[in-house]
Amino acid sequence: MSRLMSEEGIRIDGRRWNELRPVRIEVGVLKNADGSSYIEFGKNKIVVAVYGPKEVHPKHMALPDKSILRCRYHMLPFSVEERKNPAPSRREIEISKITREALEPALILEDYPRTVIDVFIEVLQSDGGSRCAGITAASVALADAGINMRDLVAACAAGKVGGRIVLDINDEEDKMGEADMPVAYLPNLKQVSLLQLDGKLTADEYRECLNLAINGCMKVYNMQREALMKKYFSTKDEEGGSVED
Amino acid sequence: MSVKKTTTIVEQLRRAQMNELLALNKRLDGRGLKDHRELRIDVGLIKKANGSALVSLGNTQVIAGIKVEVDEPFPDMPDKGLFICNAEVLPLASPYAEPGPPDEDAIELARVVDRGIRESEMISLDKLALISGKKVYAVFADVSVLNADGNLFDATSYAVVAALLTARVPKYEVQDDRLVKSEETIPLPINTVPVSVTMAKIGNSIIVDPTAEEEACMEARITIATDEQGRVCAIQKGGSGTFSVEELSEIATLAVSIGNNVRERIKNAVAPASTNNDNDNDNDNDINK
Repeated sequence: MSRLMSEEGIRIDGRRWNELRPVRIEVGVLKNADGSSYIEFGKNKIVVAVYGPKEVHPKHMALPDKSILRCRYHMLPFSVEERKNPAPSRREIEISKITREALEPALILEDYPRTVIDVFIEVLQSDGGSRCAGITAASVALADAGINMRDLVAACAAGKVGGRIVLDINDEEDKMGEADMPVAYLPNLKQVSLLQLDGKLTADEYRECLNLAINGCMKVYNMQREALMKKYFSTKDEEGGSVED
Repeated sequence: MSVKKTTTIVEQLRRAQMNELLALNKRLDGRGLKDHRELRIDVGLIKKANGSALVSLGNTQVIAGIKVEVDEPFPDMPDKGLFICNAEVLPLASPYAEPGPPDEDAIELARVVDRGIRESEMISLDKLALISGKKVYAVFADVSVLNADGNLFDATSYAVVAALLTARVPKYEVQDDRLVKSEETIPLPINTVPVSVTMAKIGNSIIVDPTAEEEACMEARITIATDEQGRVCAIQKGGSGTFSVEELSEIATLAVSIGNNVRERIKNAVAPASTNNDNDNDNDNDINK
């Protein structure tokens, strides 16, 4: 067996094949933003802010029938082993694009014509799977901003490591493993809004990997809901209490 | 930051017509839903390049050139050669193209094509080391889009693959830790021929090889690269729509079977060039046949 997977099927960080890394999601962490969130996904630490819907500048970019969504995925220079140049890399530009395309189907942009919604994803510390954690946190921040949504977007990767299909690839498994497949899923609409793959899989492994990633997305979805409910249900209870007084 | 391009009113009007046709399993240009456009591959027309290919996929036309240099390896991979893929949409390629640094679409194009070739391990990068930790071959694949009429992903990928298959690189001898270039040229170490297949989703239909007009109406797009063993090597979903799990399963099966046909076409197109250097053969067979 390889170094990444023990004979008993235990992974390099002690997880089993179908286990997620520890996840923590917080809602409303930045006061200036219309919506915000913070996520820890394994060693990933990511903060997301949503501004909007707001007026579009320059004005000619505005759409008459719906809002436009802009996403920026950005890594801080100290978020990785070797200092990253703060200018947007080609990788970050691609991830910004696929993040926007993963979130867009969940948003009812038609409700906000002639406006823009900005999503800023800042990776403070990166582990494997930061694009998925970023999408997960961005979806929570969009809900926190009160944007009309059809569904949340939950994201999680699966892949092939040491010959086995496993859930939620970490940094080491991403670099040394055979395949990495990030997936974003709309749990209620049962639709896949992000699918990428790096690495070789047979047709059967591909289907197995996709299903496992979607299982992971469902787990992430429950954590997103809990985080949102923690903020909004507690606020509601307090308000309810004060009205009775 | 990036902003989604908007569709024009004309495109939105065309969408209604397109949907009516798709319901009858037809397309505006008369193709079946799973048919590629005519593919032409001409190799070796740029003599200054180590390898080159001009690919036409319907009206989409791209040219790829391979340049091979000697460079230093990455510190964490001292015994691996470098493969760098770049793509640009030239200002002459479309009335909507503008000069300037590559936008997010061009960056995505280059990265998706790069991923298909890299992840399939088409080139054995570990055979491209010359002096461990010091000198390796660096293979640059540069692609320019000459005429953009949809599905730049597949056209670009086929062009890079065909150019790599026919590339000849100078042979080097190592003498006292120094490289001596010989007159002899050798082909690149090739393992497999990856083939990219792009499909678009319009309404509930999945169509293969979308034109620019179809791309303007599509909800989502997916590009899948497969290797000779029928394995999936790279995937990229694009566009602001979604796919169901069932659709994704069907798409993977299609990508393998269509990929096998295209692979034969690519191999036929490069075969005469790799045996002798006469590249005047015409390859105008339709890949659907």
